[in-house]
Amino acid sequence: MDLMIREKIKQVKKGDQAAYEDVVMYYQDKIFQHCYRMLGNAHEAEDIAQEAFIRAYVNIHSYDEKRKFSTWLYRIATNLTIDRIRKRKPDYYLDAEVKGTDGLDMYSQLATNERLPEEEVQGMELQSYIQDEISNLPPKYRSIIMLRYLEEFSLQEISDILDIPLGTVKTRIHRGREALRKKLRHV
Amino acid sequence: MKCDKDVVNLMHGYLDDDLTKEDETKLRNHLEDCEACQKHFHELKRSITLLKSVEQVKAPENFTKQVMQNLPTEKKHKKYVRWFKMHPVVTAAAIFFVLMFSGLFTAWEQDSQLTVSKQEDIIIKGDTVIVPEGVTVEGDLVVKNGNLKIEGTVEGDVTLINGKLLKKEESMNGDVLLASAGDINGEFKQVNQIFDWILYHLNNFFKSIFSLGE
Ligand SMILES: [Zn+2]
Repeated sequence: MDLMIREKIKQVKKGDQAAYEDVVMYYQDKIFQHCYRMLGNAHEAEDIAQEAFIRAYVNIHSYDEKRKFSTWLYRIATNLTIDRIRKRKPDYYLDAEVKGTDGLDMYSQLATNERLPEEEVQGMELQSYIQDEISNLPPKYRSIIMLRYLEEFSLQEISDILDIPLGTVKTRIHRGREALRKKLRHV
Repeated sequence: MKCDKDVVNLMHGYLDDDLTKEDETKLRNHLEDCEACQKHFHELKRSITLLKSVEQVKAPENFTKQVMQNLPTEKKHKKYVRWFKMHPVVTAAAIFFVLMFSGLFTAWEQDSQLTVSKQEDIIIKGDTVIVPEGVTVEGDLVVKNGNLKIEGTVEGDVTLINGKLLKKEESMNGDVLLASAGDINGEFKQVNQIFDWILYHLNNFFKSIFSLGE
C-alpha cells in the first residue's frame, strides 16, 4: 500500500491533481479520526481534516520523499488541531507546564474535582466517557497518547510527527498515562 | 527500593519497552512484594486497554470529494498537457491535422538537427550525445534534438530539448530515471518541445477556425 501512495505522490508532485484523490481516500478515516480525538467534536474535526489535506496538497513540494508520508500528513493535521484548540481555550490551559516533582499535581487536582460518582459513570456510555476524558487531557499529552495507542505509531515516529526530541516524547507519554490513569481508574 | 518515583518510572519504562533486563527484574520483584505499586501498575495497564477500546470513527461521506473540490485549481497549461498525455490517439490526430494544414511539417523538420552546446571530449553516436566515463564537462550543457547519455560528470546545468536522457545501461523505451544516470551537479531541465510547439499551434489553429465561423 505504501508503494501505491508513493507512486501517487510522485504524480501529484508532477501536477496531476486527480492522483491526489486516492491519497485522500486512503488516509481520510485516519486523519479524520485523529482530528476528532484531538478536538472532541465531529464538525470541527471535519473542518480541520479537510484543511489538513488541502495544506498537504498545496505544500506537497516541501514533502521529502525519503520520509514517511503518513508522518508528514499527521504533523500537518496535529498542528492544525493545536492551532484550533489554542484559539478556543484560554492560553494558560494549553501552555501551562505541569508543576510539581513529577508533574502530576495539577492532574491529581483535576481528577479529584472532575471525578464522577461511580454510578453515574456506569450509567453513561463508557465510550463517550472515555472520549471525554481523552478530550480533557491537555493537548500536548493528548496528541502523544493518541498517536501511540490509537494510531499505533512508535515513539520515534511520534517524535518525527511532532518534531520534538524522543526524550520529551517519553516524558510526556509518561505524564499522559498517569493523567489518564487518574481519570479512568474509577471506571 | 522504596515506593516512589523510581518505581513509577520503571513502570513507564516497561510500558515503553525501554527497560534493561536488570531493571525489569527490579520492577518485577518490587511488584511481588508491594500491593500499592501493583495496583498502580494495574491501573496504568487498564487505562490503556480502556483507551484502546474507544470505537473507531470514520470520515463523513463525501469527505474526499469535498477535499478535491476545494483544492486550488491547476494551471491551465498543465491540464492541457495531461489531457494530451491521456489521449494519445486524439493528440496524434490533432498533431497530424495541425502539421498538415499549417504546413509546419517542413518547419519542424528543418528544426530537427541535433545540436550540442559543447564539443570537447563529447562523443556523438548517431542521435545520441555521450559524455564518456572519466570526462567532466565544465559549465552547462544543452542538447537539442538528440538523446543524452552521461557516464561522466557535468558540473553545470543540463538542458535537454526534445530528447531523452538515457540510462547508463541505456534502453530507449521505459521510464528514464535521472538517478541512474551519471552525475549532474547542476540542475536538470527537460523541455519536451513538441508539446509546447503543438500547444502553441493548436491554439492558433482553433482561434482561426472560430474567427472564420463568426
Ligand atoms: Zn511499591
